[in-house]
Amino acid sequence: MSDRKFSIIGSYKTKNSVERAAGFIFTACAFFAVLAVFSITLYMIISGTPAIFEVGLRDILFGTVWKPNAADPSYGILYVILTSIVGTFLAILIGVPIGVMTAVFLAETAPKRLAAIVKPAVELLAGIPSVIYGLLGILILNPFMYKIEMAVYADSPNHQYTGGSNLISAVLVLAIMILPTVINISEAALKAVPKHYKFASLAMGASHIQTIFKVIIPAAKSGIVTAVVLGVGRAIGEAMAISLVAGNGANFPLPFNSVRFLTTAVVSEMSYAADTHKRVLFTIGLVLFAFIMIINLVLNRVMKGGKKNADK
Amino acid sequence: MIKDKIITKGLNLHYGTNHALKDVDMSIKEKAITAFIGPSGCGKSTFLKTLNRMNDLVPGVVIEGSVILDGENIYDPRVDTTLLRKKIGMVFQQPNPFPMSIYDNVAYGPRIHGIKSKAKLDEIVEQSLIGAALFDEVKDRLKKSALGLSGGQQQRLCIARALAVEPEVLLMDEPTSALDPISTLKIEDLMSELKDKYTVAIVTHNMQQAARISDYTAFFLVGEVVEFAATDTLFTRPVDKRTEDYITGRFG
Repeated sequence: MSDRKFSIIGSYKTKNSVERAAGFIFTACAFFAVLAVFSITLYMIISGTPAIFEVGLRDILFGTVWKPNAADPSYGILYVILTSIVGTFLAILIGVPIGVMTAVFLAETAPKRLAAIVKPAVELLAGIPSVIYGLLGILILNPFMYKIEMAVYADSPNHQYTGGSNLISAVLVLAIMILPTVINISEAALKAVPKHYKFASLAMGASHIQTIFKVIIPAAKSGIVTAVVLGVGRAIGEAMAISLVAGNGANFPLPFNSVRFLTTAVVSEMSYAADTHKRVLFTIGLVLFAFIMIINLVLNRVMKGGKKNADK
Repeated sequence: MIKDKIITKGLNLHYGTNHALKDVDMSIKEKAITAFIGPSGCGKSTFLKTLNRMNDLVPGVVIEGSVILDGENIYDPRVDTTLLRKKIGMVFQQPNPFPMSIYDNVAYGPRIHGIKSKAKLDEIVEQSLIGAALFDEVKDRLKKSALGLSGGQQQRLCIARALAVEPEVLLMDEPTSALDPISTLKIEDLMSELKDKYTVAIVTHNMQQAARISDYTAFFLVGEVVEFAATDTLFTRPVDKRTEDYITGRFG
């Protein structure tokens, strides 16, 4: 018979098993990342809490003396926490305006040829290993800081010289290190601002600069805030470069003091620490972890807020 | 005798190899509505944008000829485009309010031109919104986001925003093509009021709209002005065969 119909009955079972297997593989892969986050969280809490009970939460968080190897050891990390906060804040204060202005340059004012040089340079900056930043800091920043230090403290014989390994050096290195993050994300946000805002502003007789500051940057606000928060995350989590230039003394974060960050505190002592000392280092890791978690929560909020605004 | 506000002489515009405007001579009368009609790509929008030099922003544009506004050539190298655009406002095809409050949208222009006094700004915002027939609808939510307004309201807000810098000429680039019929009617009514105070030039795809609201009409075809006349004349007794074909819908 010629009018045999095309049948839609297929081998449902074999097909289904392939689909299912693929689905399972995807799910398993996705689960891997989640598993990693959960196990890290769990591990940090398990390994970071014993020292809190041993030493006392207040003695760790608000103690100012860090002498883990003394006969009567003390494990105060207040200065370390303050250094991380102050150092990150100052790095953001320097890095963000430079980064955002660079992004404005790339997105708005740069001649094409110049942008073609600056953009890859910024991308390269992001790819440089952090230890290289540290080495350059030692080579260039520290000697320079030492000269300033000698000039500033020429009349104070009690000053403990740091050789230029101080908070300022660390802040400058951090400020440079967050630049690529800030620039790339801000630039993307600025470029995403609809062109018709710009035309509307120019058509009213606003200059290009007025348009950038009054319309384009405000319209890209949530993206720029995201850039700043990610910059904070990068700065607070950085260890290698600043461990080379900051001096690593657990001191109050004053400009010319040798200082120790949360990250460098762990890095510099873990290799020889034992018992309570080692457990406190894990607690420091937990504190850092808490900071990063808070930053991520803030970031999620900001991104959600940005989306809501865009939908309105 | 009605005064000429803008006169173009031998205006030619090239986008790269594309000769988009060819020897356009036109006079736009003061305090009247001049409409530019023609098929897509005929150069009518391009011509409108030469009048406030928005084409300067397009890379690779070359413009020859002159555009005389009140006796001054706007392509004179000494011209400050920010002053030019203060004098010649523009409303775009897509309503494009800034992502800020209704108040800040209207106050934007006066602020960039240096007005700081709160009382003065309040006054300008109110008068501009009244002028754009939008005040009654938004007076209770001036501090709310402009993006919450309907499309038609947004377009009237854009008109208010343009009026706030006290222009003398208003350029409108298909201002109702993105709007529903009722909003369109409101904007058309508004335009008829605006011509008492302003010189209006409008690009429109809609021939009925040109016939309804304009005093003068120019018909563009592939970069040339085929015919330019009083609207009544152009729509009832067109001289050129091509104009007649277009307005009677026989254009092919």
